[in-house]
Amino acid sequence: MIKLEELKKSFLVSVWFMFLTFPIMVIRVNPIEKVVEWRWKNILIVGAGSFFFSFLWRYLLLRRETGRKKMEAGEIEKIPLSRRILTEPKMYIPALVCIAVFASVFPFVFSIYQINIMVTAIIYVVLGLGLNIVVGLAGLLDLGYVAFYAVGAYSYGLLNYHFNLGFWAVLPIGALLGVVFGILLGFPVLRLRGDYLAIVTLGFGEIIRLILENWNEFSFGPSGIANIPRPSFFGHQFSLHAATVYIYFLMIALTLLTIFVVNRLQNSRIGRAWIALREDEVACQAMGIDKTKTKLTAFALGATWAGMIGVIFAAKTTFINPASFTFLESAMILSIVVMGGMGSIIGVIIGALVLILLPEYLRAFSDYRMLLFGAILVIMMVFRPQGLISNVRRTYKFEGR
Amino acid sequence: MEPILEVESLSMDFGGLRALNRLDLKINEGEIVALIGPNGSGKTTFFNCITGIYNPTEGNVLISPPGKKRERINGLKPNQVTEKGMARTFQNIRLFPNMTVLENVMIGRHCRISSGVIGSILRSKATVGEEKKAVEDSYGVLEKFGLSGYVNDFAKNLPYGAQRRLEIARAMATEPFLILLDEPAAGMNPQETKDLVQLITRIRDIEGISILLIEHDMRLVMSLSDLIYVMDYGKKIAEGTPDEIRRNPVVIKAYLGEEAHAET
Repeated sequence: MIKLEELKKSFLVSVWFMFLTFPIMVIRVNPIEKVVEWRWKNILIVGAGSFFFSFLWRYLLLRRETGRKKMEAGEIEKIPLSRRILTEPKMYIPALVCIAVFASVFPFVFSIYQINIMVTAIIYVVLGLGLNIVVGLAGLLDLGYVAFYAVGAYSYGLLNYHFNLGFWAVLPIGALLGVVFGILLGFPVLRLRGDYLAIVTLGFGEIIRLILENWNEFSFGPSGIANIPRPSFFGHQFSLHAATVYIYFLMIALTLLTIFVVNRLQNSRIGRAWIALREDEVACQAMGIDKTKTKLTAFALGATWAGMIGVIFAAKTTFINPASFTFLESAMILSIVVMGGMGSIIGVIIGALVLILLPEYLRAFSDYRMLLFGAILVIMMVFRPQGLISNVRRTYKFEGR
Repeated sequence: MEPILEVESLSMDFGGLRALNRLDLKINEGEIVALIGPNGSGKTTFFNCITGIYNPTEGNVLISPPGKKRERINGLKPNQVTEKGMARTFQNIRLFPNMTVLENVMIGRHCRISSGVIGSILRSKATVGEEKKAVEDSYGVLEKFGLSGYVNDFAKNLPYGAQRRLEIARAMATEPFLILLDEPAAGMNPQETKDLVQLITRIRDIEGISILLIEHDMRLVMSLSDLIYVMDYGKKIAEGTPDEIRRNPVVIKAYLGEEAHAET
């Protein structure tokens, strides 16, 4: 299946690359000794490298094409491994047990540094699952999601500073404020969709951040709020290490709650309405779904999680300032949802863990981190545009008919 | 008996363009009424006006569902119109491609069930019962439309004819008293068209639902309709039984142009 044609194309690509990079890779002018160095060896490396990568790219594309053709022709009814793990009890029960054991012993085995990284990753898991409601299920591209996160974090910071309210008292308040702000954003954007919606939500995110940054009397400006207490356990304050472990288990519990809720929602009346809204807004309305209500519930429920996680984030870091809530955060959460697979719970979890943990453990390559990150995203979009794990709709069996 | 749908001098302006000009239309219970006219004569605009997608500039849309009071429905949102019992299909199929066939029909049930967010999360007894019934009902609709073999397939993977049928099934799941079909036979082969005629007749005879349809396939229109309305340039130019319309010189002129002399 390796065709001469493909080899020729790759060869041309490598020649073109050698030509393009000739001035920077080969010629080097040494101004002190006033000589020109010709580094011919470099061009060989460039040529061989570009030939290899170009050919690999072509080969993978070709393989994908033939795979798809076979699928269309119905020759192979192959169920991908990921799908099998998710649907066959024989495979997913041991997997679940492993994950549960790993998650429960993790904080006692690893150092506090590792636990902190894991807590951060789980924070993004929940944020991703929350945004998944808005973007993945309801199809509303929200680029200002971090605003709700900021609302939650600042509600804890400020309420604690002014009224000395504790973590557990603020947690529901943070969620509630998330809902309020979600609806506040939802109303003006009801008529918008696609790109226009994205722009307005982006603006909303920036507005919140700029208010926090500039309204010194209210939010203490860029210097932020420090000394936010860590969560207590029935009035008992923990040491630093114990508190980290405590937050870890808190996050695990919250993740389980989120998974439970999102899972139930997505196969319910309201979940179906969200998906219908994503699929076709006009038809969805014509079939009797109240667009206003459906959109607002999506925004409100998505924002609830962000508000709650914001409170936990503030409690974890004990210090918040507007720099933690930039657009980059929103983009990160959105990448998690898109890369993991829109609308798929498992996909979002894996996406969050990969996107947050990978850069942490790739610190050795810190110079190339962004390059690798970009490359992974591009490759993902070409080879798996539906995300790591695509969403599976529930199937129904009708017996005896 | 009052007509179940009565449209009185309905007009719709887009800026300076009058897309519909003082249109009247009546449908009685159990009738199949067809709306025909050359392309661009305002048929789909008319549909959009009475189903709430557009808000008409002037005129009244009145419905009197069987067993209910007569009321004016223009200005309502599309979902409210559907809730009142008028469901529609679209000229170019508008299914929810990445939902299963059953879920597509269940969306039709949406406005007839009521569970909310809290109920869905807690999975209360009422919600579970309602959900189970919605699944059963939707499956029942699919069976009636010969789609029960596709239950768990994605709507986008269905053959064209089945997609058209699914769109009608989805509309039927909203429990309408009147169903509006926008070019249901577009793109169908003769066999599929024949099946469609049977299907439409069955909807009327067995389910007792009245039908308003837009269609270009004249054979289908002539064989199905009790009454035909002809539109041109946003105006009604004729109404009558298929026989009357066939002989109406104004209609022939609208379709064939001024100069042509249709064989008589």
